[in-house]
Amino acid sequence: MVSDNLTVEVAIAGGGLAGLTLGCALAGAGLEVAVVDAEAPATALDEPFDGRASAIALGSQRLLRGIGVWRHVGADAAPIHDIRVSDGRVGEAASRLFLHYDVEEVAGELGPEPGGPAMGWIVENRVTRRALHRRAAELPTLRHLAPARVEGAERGESRAVMTLADGRRVTAPLVVACDGRNSPLRQAAGIPMTRWDYPQDGIVATLIHALDHEGVAHEHFLPSGPFAVLPLTDLPDGRHRSSLVWTERREVADGVMRLDDAAFSREIERRFGDSLGRIEVAGRRWRYPLGLQLAQRTIDRRLALVGDAAHVIHPIAGQGFNLGLRDIGALAEVLVDARRLGLDLGSAPVLERYQRWRRFDNLALVAVTDGLNRLFSNDLGSLRLARDLGLAAVNRAAPLKRLFMRHAMGLVGELPRLCRGEPL
Amino acid sequence: MTTTRERQKTHATVDPAEVEKFSALAEDWWDPEGRSRALHRLNPVRLAYIRDRACRRFGRNPLAERPLAGLSVLDVGCGGGLVTEPLARLGARVTGLDATPAAIAVAEAHAGAQDLEIEYRQATAAELVAEGRAFDLVLALEIVEHVAEPAVFLADCAALVAPGGGLALSTFNRTGKAFLLGVVAAEYLLRWVPQGTHDWRRFLRPSEVAGALRPEGLTVRDVQGLVYNPLTEAWRLSRGDLDVSYLLWAERD
Repeated sequence: MVSDNLTVEVAIAGGGLAGLTLGCALAGAGLEVAVVDAEAPATALDEPFDGRASAIALGSQRLLRGIGVWRHVGADAAPIHDIRVSDGRVGEAASRLFLHYDVEEVAGELGPEPGGPAMGWIVENRVTRRALHRRAAELPTLRHLAPARVEGAERGESRAVMTLADGRRVTAPLVVACDGRNSPLRQAAGIPMTRWDYPQDGIVATLIHALDHEGVAHEHFLPSGPFAVLPLTDLPDGRHRSSLVWTERREVADGVMRLDDAAFSREIERRFGDSLGRIEVAGRRWRYPLGLQLAQRTIDRRLALVGDAAHVIHPIAGQGFNLGLRDIGALAEVLVDARRLGLDLGSAPVLERYQRWRRFDNLALVAVTDGLNRLFSNDLGSLRLARDLGLAAVNRAAPLKRLFMRHAMGLVGELPRLCRGEPL
Repeated sequence: MTTTRERQKTHATVDPAEVEKFSALAEDWWDPEGRSRALHRLNPVRLAYIRDRACRRFGRNPLAERPLAGLSVLDVGCGGGLVTEPLARLGARVTGLDATPAAIAVAEAHAGAQDLEIEYRQATAAELVAEGRAFDLVLALEIVEHVAEPAVFLADCAALVAPGGGLALSTFNRTGKAFLLGVVAAEYLLRWVPQGTHDWRRFLRPSEVAGALRPEGLTVRDVQGLVYNPLTEAWRLSRGDLDVSYLLWAERD
């Protein structure tokens, strides 16, 4: 039993990407914060821990830059210069009527961005995690308790007390649940969920290929679901890499996971074509069940939900992490503003501002990603023609296309100051 | 109406009927969905106004940590402490004053649970004048419309402002629109506040407040309207629209 009880202004349950990002944002603005992280740092930064890469939209990159995390990501972020969306069948060339997003089309609206123009970046989660750990260590008002497990939180009228498995207690006016899609704190609060499973799994792997990807992200819609090949940075020896997110019907995914590397690589080439040359799989494959869930409330007494604890969406548009970062930008702004007015950070009027702010964006992305998946994950001739025509029409209608692009870049809606590139 | 200090009795401005009314409300002060809902919604706007005016007056950075550190503040008619507590968190040494014993009891218990050090007193502004107290900042928020003799009350508040200090006041304007929105809509239609909370005839125009403060050496420097947006449930300041309620800032040179 360690007797090291803490009193802070915000107690964060969960030291994953969401919890540490929120902790860095708040501590950077001077708040006393504790982040309770179940993983030992060495485990969390180890490669087998998480093989995923995340799309980081421009608005998200601004946030990470603003809170001092992006400089630790540095050269390990692969910029996206072009997004190509196409439709097809296994073993066929992609449809000719594809949608093509080029950063030059919105460059005029963006203004000068440090690091050159990009629509977004693909960053391996372990790179982002390493950057967050480094930033957290620089912040004197952030206590990163790792490894430490949250046993529960008693949320009273005037304060919340979080109890850790080792007996320590963290007292704060507010507890933030960044404890993932199965959030124990959300469940303890009895917050109901809206959820359904997709009969699909996401298969994730890192690919090494002969030709340079030139910053192009490919989203290829196959009948079983989207098949995305996203640019990663080159290896030190100059070999080119991409991140694969292959959505497949669950029963087929079993077979795909059992293939040996050579056969797996050939299946990828059959679906993707030869635009990257010969493809090989580097390292292991990961498989994640896909589902959708949305908390019916994102607040409770002295509790706020952030990131996957509040919503899990289909990875079809690469928006999951970005949505979580916009939660963080909004909550950090609400809390910093409230603190500058001397308000109780866990009081209902403060938390309601967060919930009201995020409600529309969260719902909209759930609906859009679910709709996209239902539209594209099938092989019905009529729908196939309609969506091909739709993609081509969007491609020609410049204002609509710019709106879609700005959406994908995280620049639409009432953006938190951090996502606009402003300080808190 | 006279403001001559000699003829003032210490409780002259307290209206016993108003004290009774607010005693019945006391337990509801801290329920954001209860009868103080409107005040909770109003709080961010008026706190920002008070903080920014005080910081300008005393040369502080309003975005700094504890920007009001070291300043003495008197909150007249503090109720359950909705403004008193935030000012204490911003670093001020705060005294909360209320004529209603139940409000003081609620305020003390709430501040204690939040580990905030605040001096709460069931007393009137006149009693503090008699004690010779003075404060860097005096607040009279949503209170002047509830006192029996507004001019005497305002003179007392002014007398409590230390040299170089400021006074912030908010109240309803005496206009037809204020009657419609502040009394008819808020009390009878929306039921934000209990019926009978406000008596329109007691509302003061900004010029009347300025007139009562001037003989006590306070000059009004700023008046801004408070405007409510029913769609976003948020209040904002308006330089142009003082018709319903307003915030006023006065300073002693």
